[in-house]
Amino acid sequence: MAGAHATQHPKLQHHFDNLDQQFEASALGMWLFLVTEILFFGGLFLAYLVYRIAYPEAFAEASHELDVVLGGVNTAVLIGSSLTMAMAVWSAQLGKRSGQMLFLALTIGLGLVFLGIKAVEYSHKFEHGLVPGPNFRFESARNPVPAQLFFSLYFVMTGIHALHMIVGIGIMTVLFVMAFKGRFTRAYHTPVEVSGLYWHFVDIVWIFLFPLLYLIDRHGPVGH
Amino acid sequence: MDTAATPHANYLTDGYGLKSWLLTKDHKRIGLLYLISVSAFFVLGAVFAGLIRLELMTPAGDLVESDVYNKIFTMHGVIMVFFFLIPAIPAVLGNFLVPLMIGAKDLAFPRLNLLSWYVYTIGGVFTLWALVNGGVDTGWTFYTPYSSAFSNSNVALVVVGIFINGFSSILTGLNFIVTIHKMRAPGMTWFRLPLFIWAHYATALIMVLGTPVIAITLVMVAAERLLHFGIFDPTLGGDPVLFQHLFWFYSHPAVYIMILPAMGVMSELVAAFSRKRIFGYEVVAFSSLAIAVVGFLVWGHHMFVSSQSVYAAMAFSLLSFLVAIPSAIKVFNWSATLFKGSISFDSPMVYVFGFIGLFLIGGLTGLFLAALAVDVHVHDTYFVVAHFHYIMVGGTIMMYLGGLHYWWPKIFGKLYHEGLARVSAVVIFIGFNLTFFPQFIVGYLGMPRRYHAYPPEFQLWNILSSAGAVMLAVGYAMPTFYLLYSLVKGKPAPANPWGAKGLEWETPSPPPTHNFDTTPVVTEPPYNYAK
Repeated sequence: MAGAHATQHPKLQHHFDNLDQQFEASALGMWLFLVTEILFFGGLFLAYLVYRIAYPEAFAEASHELDVVLGGVNTAVLIGSSLTMAMAVWSAQLGKRSGQMLFLALTIGLGLVFLGIKAVEYSHKFEHGLVPGPNFRFESARNPVPAQLFFSLYFVMTGIHALHMIVGIGIMTVLFVMAFKGRFTRAYHTPVEVSGLYWHFVDIVWIFLFPLLYLIDRHGPVGH
Repeated sequence: MDTAATPHANYLTDGYGLKSWLLTKDHKRIGLLYLISVSAFFVLGAVFAGLIRLELMTPAGDLVESDVYNKIFTMHGVIMVFFFLIPAIPAVLGNFLVPLMIGAKDLAFPRLNLLSWYVYTIGGVFTLWALVNGGVDTGWTFYTPYSSAFSNSNVALVVVGIFINGFSSILTGLNFIVTIHKMRAPGMTWFRLPLFIWAHYATALIMVLGTPVIAITLVMVAAERLLHFGIFDPTLGGDPVLFQHLFWFYSHPAVYIMILPAMGVMSELVAAFSRKRIFGYEVVAFSSLAIAVVGFLVWGHHMFVSSQSVYAAMAFSLLSFLVAIPSAIKVFNWSATLFKGSISFDSPMVYVFGFIGLFLIGGLTGLFLAALAVDVHVHDTYFVVAHFHYIMVGGTIMMYLGGLHYWWPKIFGKLYHEGLARVSAVVIFIGFNLTFFPQFIVGYLGMPRRYHAYPPEFQLWNILSSAGAVMLAVGYAMPTFYLLYSLVKGKPAPANPWGAKGLEWETPSPPPTHNFDTTPVVTEPPYNYAK
């Protein structure tokens, strides 16, 4: 474990023996938090699974209303943001302040692009009456009732994912300010590392959401 | 920081202002904040229980309308389950003791710990707001489509309150797991951990794995009520039974969130007052984990009559029988620990014997309910009500109080009136049995739950039950008075009034702010009593 010099580090909280222990605790805490997130989204994925098995045709038909191009671009944007996040962590490990700021800014930017494209998609759904509720209109559908269920799940799943993106962008903004003030060094960069874990997790959720929601039966005969 | 220099300073004297409490990051003070909050909710929940027993004194529904009665039992359930039983032992005793027992200065994330109390309080405010606003009438289970499409009460408010409150549970569980993994004192190996710690580790796993599922389920209910998203609505193609699956995936393990910490307290108390090592330490430790794991696989036994497939029901029935095994192992091992021990009947030990009696009855009647055919007969009757009260009240509250009596001198540095404490334990035990044993009988005879009126032939059993509730109220009121009185007039407690083993007894009563003047080094196995 770390020597006596570590005990004097200003970032060491009083109840830890050294920075290593403090970092390990934070990292384990974040991994556990991500486990809770998996179970949180797990409830939605279960509901999706149950209803997709119950109504395969309606789900395929409704899925064709989603914009594959915008969804695909967003997938690329998020994967790109994972790369910049990893670069930000790497810069923090090396204690490079300018690198931290650049890559955190890029991560924030890509996150905002994702949310912007998502907003465009949502507004199209509103215009086409594809939001569940009294104003739901999907007249061309052969199974309008389960199609509405698909859109309920679409909005809840992507909405909660977007909420996680917004929280993530908030965290990245705080990190950016901290990086600007030169808070992260080789010895101490725990917040960047654990926030990176969170960011990658939110990306991975999207990697599952995109095919499940956008790509049902794209090769098959249904619809087009 | 300079507590070592001033040996008489302790965490209670380290700042007196309101701010020093409301902004504290000390796990001991946060434990006391929780103690005050959960006690307040317990009193509120008990008032609703009293109203239920008052209504059921007579067969006719003459005290309140059926609508009001629905709200009374719902509020009783919501408050007792989510705001008392789930946080009671982990957030009060666990918060106070987990760092002390493993020789740490604090939990790993003190700020998250304080946040958990605020989150709990905000969730509580939402629930109370709903209560003042006219209450909620769905039952604490919020079954759809009643909760999503039909109920006209404040479902959304309460659902939001419980959603928020869930995060306090998640934060507490996360904090315990990280603390137990990363913050143990030198020499405190996994198999030197007190069984209280093992029990809280298992509890924390359930909190972390289960609570998010109820959270997302409640989000879906709220989306259905507020935004007309029809995930559980049959008219929109949704399936109300899916709600039951998701709900019980959390809410059955939640019962183990309530009972596992109580079992942890049991292990400490049995060893301390028998002056013996716990019999089969490793087995007791692993049985906690086994309960946590198997507890996640039994939720379907709540749905034997909810159109679940017969084969699923058979599997769930078998798994429910299995979960009885680790619970039974614990009871056998506690009994074996008592065998040839130097038993003393101090007040916490009287609670121990009360727990064994009540948990035995509660656990064995659980086997009746796990059996498919019997369950179809007694489903939704008072038999079920009696069963889970024997576990949740007879088990959890007995050990909550037993633990509170055992560690009270440590927490406050004061001794309470021992004679009154023993009497209160006996009053609670008798009052509890008088309240709930008649409910087994009347339930088996066919009296359903959740009605404010019943056939006249059931009146005798209901009057016995209500009389027991009065006795129980007296039993619960007694500790409130003599414990509070001890804070004013109690004799100062020594560091180790029971002569017990464990790191928490090696530091002064009350402990200093940083728990130990020097970090303890553990060199011996747990419960290293002479025998």
